[in-house]
Amino acid sequence: MTDRIEKSVEIAAPVERVWRALTDHEEFGQWFRVKLDQPFAPGAESTGHITYPGYEHVRWTAWIERMEAPRLFSYRWHPYAIDPAVDYSGEATTLVEFRLEPTEGGTRLTVTETGFDALPDARRPDALRMNDSGWAEQMRNIAAHVEG
Amino acid sequence: MSKAEAAAAVFAALADPTRMALVIRLGDGGARSIATLSVDARMTRQAVTKHLRVLERVRLVRSERQGRETRFALRPEGLAPARDWIETVGAQWEAALGRLKDLLESEKDLEGS
Repeated sequence: MTDRIEKSVEIAAPVERVWRALTDHEEFGQWFRVKLDQPFAPGAESTGHITYPGYEHVRWTAWIERMEAPRLFSYRWHPYAIDPAVDYSGEATTLVEFRLEPTEGGTRLTVTETGFDALPDARRPDALRMNDSGWAEQMRNIAAHVEG
Repeated sequence: MSKAEAAAAVFAALADPTRMALVIRLGDGGARSIATLSVDARMTRQAVTKHLRVLERVRLVRSERQGRETRFALRPEGLAPARDWIETVGAQWEAALGRLKDLLESEKDLEGS
């Protein structure tokens, strides 16, 4: 059990090229499969709709946080927003962060998505801050203990 | 309820320091009375009961009556919707990053040819 997703990929292309593929809204749309209505800008809302087969009914809404070329791109969005009948605007958002690092062969791109439990770190009980991985570790321990 | 909604409900129930602390307190698998849990949490019985009912509604805890007491225990399988959702979203990210990699590396091949 974890409230954090972290995925990494090694891409044989320079950091600047990967940065453009992430932050140019048309290029982003191509691989993410979303048709975006406007370019990304820090602090601005990003709207559009998903083009992934079977999910065309899903609107894309994100709030761009940081664009620090060519190392960090981040936005917030609603992680559960797949039902067009539901208004998700009042619900918690998760934070998606893309980090780029130059490597010998090109670029290491790491994406993290955090905040599924919508609990800011400062409000977590002390017991959950005993180690780096916070309550994720605790939940794993609990599950292992009770299941075992 | 969709997978996403089930996961959102579990995460929402956990998104409170008191409820998270109760889940951890019950993490040893033992069943405890509201009286015991409210002493541990330094809260009134009414407040603890309210939080336990929230956890019960999303099936993270179960309650059983023992005589005049209600005892609460963790249902670890109640975490499954949250875990499944994290796995689904993780798989979607892997696929998206794979498409990005293919896109960028295929244009490199074009340049080279």
